[in-house]
Amino acid sequence: MTTLSNDLKLEMYRRMVRIREFELTAMDVFKRGLIKGTVHPYIGEEASGVGVCMALRSDDLIAGTHRSHGHNIAKGADPARMMAEIFGKEAGYCRGRGGSMHITAFETGSLGALAVVGSGLPIAVGAALGFLMQGKDSVAVPFTGDGGTSTGNFHEALNMAAIWKLPVVFVVENNKYAVSTYYRDAVSIEDLSARAAGYGIPGVRVDGFDVLKVYAAAGEAVERARSGGGPTLLVTECYRIEGHYAGEPEVYRDRAEVNEQRQYDPIRRFAAVLTQDGTATAEQLEAIHQEIQAEMSAAVEFAQNAPMPDPSTALDYIYA
Amino acid sequence: MTNLTRDAVSLGAKAPVMPPDLIVQIPAGVPAKEMTMAEAIREALAEEMERDPRVFLLGEDIGKHGGAFGVTRTLFDRFGAERVRNTPISENTIIGAATGAALVGMRPVAEIMFVDFSGLAMDQIANQAAKLRLMTGGQAKVPWVLRMPQGGGAGKSTAAQHSQSLEVWYAHIPGLKVALPSTPYDAKGLMKTAIRDDNPVIFLEHKLLYSFRGLVPEQDYSLPFGKCDIKRLGSDVTIIASGYMVWHAMLAARTLEQEGISVEVVDVRTVSPLDEETIGASVRKTGRALVVAEACRSYGPTGEWAMVVMEQAFDYLKAPIRRLAGRFSPVPFADSLENGMWPDTEDVIAAARDLMQY
Ligand SMILES: Cc1ncc(C[n+]2csc(CCOP(=O)(O)OP(=O)(O)O)c2C)c(N)n1
Repeated sequence: MTTLSNDLKLEMYRRMVRIREFELTAMDVFKRGLIKGTVHPYIGEEASGVGVCMALRSDDLIAGTHRSHGHNIAKGADPARMMAEIFGKEAGYCRGRGGSMHITAFETGSLGALAVVGSGLPIAVGAALGFLMQGKDSVAVPFTGDGGTSTGNFHEALNMAAIWKLPVVFVVENNKYAVSTYYRDAVSIEDLSARAAGYGIPGVRVDGFDVLKVYAAAGEAVERARSGGGPTLLVTECYRIEGHYAGEPEVYRDRAEVNEQRQYDPIRRFAAVLTQDGTATAEQLEAIHQEIQAEMSAAVEFAQNAPMPDPSTALDYIYA
Repeated sequence: MTNLTRDAVSLGAKAPVMPPDLIVQIPAGVPAKEMTMAEAIREALAEEMERDPRVFLLGEDIGKHGGAFGVTRTLFDRFGAERVRNTPISENTIIGAATGAALVGMRPVAEIMFVDFSGLAMDQIANQAAKLRLMTGGQAKVPWVLRMPQGGGAGKSTAAQHSQSLEVWYAHIPGLKVALPSTPYDAKGLMKTAIRDDNPVIFLEHKLLYSFRGLVPEQDYSLPFGKCDIKRLGSDVTIIASGYMVWHAMLAARTLEQEGISVEVVDVRTVSPLDEETIGASVRKTGRALVVAEACRSYGPTGEWAMVVMEQAFDYLKAPIRRLAGRFSPVPFADSLENGMWPDTEDVIAAARDLMQY
């Protein structure tokens, strides 16, 4: 871990801040009525997405969820085109056809952002099968939440990937809630990575607030997958600081619980590491925050000024 | 049930029989081989696998065993376990995996043992594969084929969970295409097009038709999607049908011809996209329309086809549109109850005669 270059660590930091600022901006424009639909904030989970995605190559493909702004940014997507997408603009990654829940940037290595819980896992299994048949050494990395581990998708996909030793890293981001349901009310075990045993694959549990730990664990799993060692179940323990979606009333948990979790803020924690190990000064980190805030203002301006899709194109992109 | 024994090919103890020369699609002189529909589908799969290394098969028991109906038999020995890939009983992930493989450039052909089980895969079919292209603004394409046996009938007695005709489940979903061939020739030609198509294609194979024999050209050919096939030209009544019902329509037409009633049979061999033009043109010519499907009556394909007739040919209608369709019931086991579940040749004859009263 100590061998990571300063540039890499600073890029991790930058992407974590970019996710945070993107989410704060998205929630803001949502509250102001500038965008429709819904926004599922990834705040509190930045270290998970960044740690995993920065352990990937651009030809490794992720499969996202309804909560994938963070995964996209972590994989290198442009926040302006993402913002345009949540504004429903033609300049968005999905030409305004997808919206917040489906932001997909093929150019940065994505299979899609799928909002039916767990549905990305089987798709990643197939992508990994394709890689294998094509003689490529790419890896497929589907994300899901603690809630997703109770779906049939999860069971079927882990089993199929295991029997065929496919290059998949299944990432479960245990942010503790599926909408209102605490994860222990939905599964009978405390450690979700224990489920891997049932498929005969490694299960790894990692502190999802610590980007360096996630990066190391993901890197190991990715290397195993790439070198023919088969799939891994990687569980990142984090916390969903915001509501399930922007404006969600959160009647199922105490503010005290949320405030306690705020202490583990992955960005603040990483900032402390970076200043202590001499990677950057507090001023340099502050400059990153400023730079990214300016990026977000520019993204909103770009999105607001971009044209809507032309109604005459309503029947485009249904069939290839 | 009509008992058809004249000029008949036997298809097993209780199976129905149809005169083999009822549908002739290959002009004399064209080099052709006679084969069953199952063999025709297998030949299409094998030829496409030879032609394109991206094509592979996946499904339950499709390896050595050859699938529940033997369609993929011999392909495992020929192409190996990689490309004829046996899966666990995981319908949703079979289709999800097909989608993922298609997204990275493969051209999978998946099999679900019976269409009745496809509900387990419905999310991957209807929410993922069908929608990915639009949701990603055209970035994704999902070129897969999903083969599913469907249909029941005529004493096969496979009861409620192995006998349904579910083409409308899929024809209702934008982003999917749906084929339902009635002959070996159509099955092979449509399968080739399905595999070469860049969209997810639902390929429904009527179980009773697997053993039907017909001529298939020796030369490579493919058949277009979105085109009905006129199986027989006529001037008094248009029968619009698909799958196994095409055979009832053709047999009925033979009898009706002897009574001086000239029947045109329009085979909707791709249920989606639906060729409204051909249906419209035929009914504008005959002025009478009879829609026939094995699928349940309520909200079934017949309702859709009848509406197309209204939109395309209302001014030309000499009689109300008649429909024949499956009884709105789960399929019961006992012969006495299963009989009468679906329209048969006699029903078609009677309905056509009625139409001629106007
Ligand atoms: C199959 C399915 N059921 C229900 C929903 C509604 N829903 C959307 S998000 C969600 C919770 C998902 O929880 P989890 O997998 O833990 O992810 P998180 O939202 O916590 O990131 C639910 C139930 C859905 N989208 N898909």
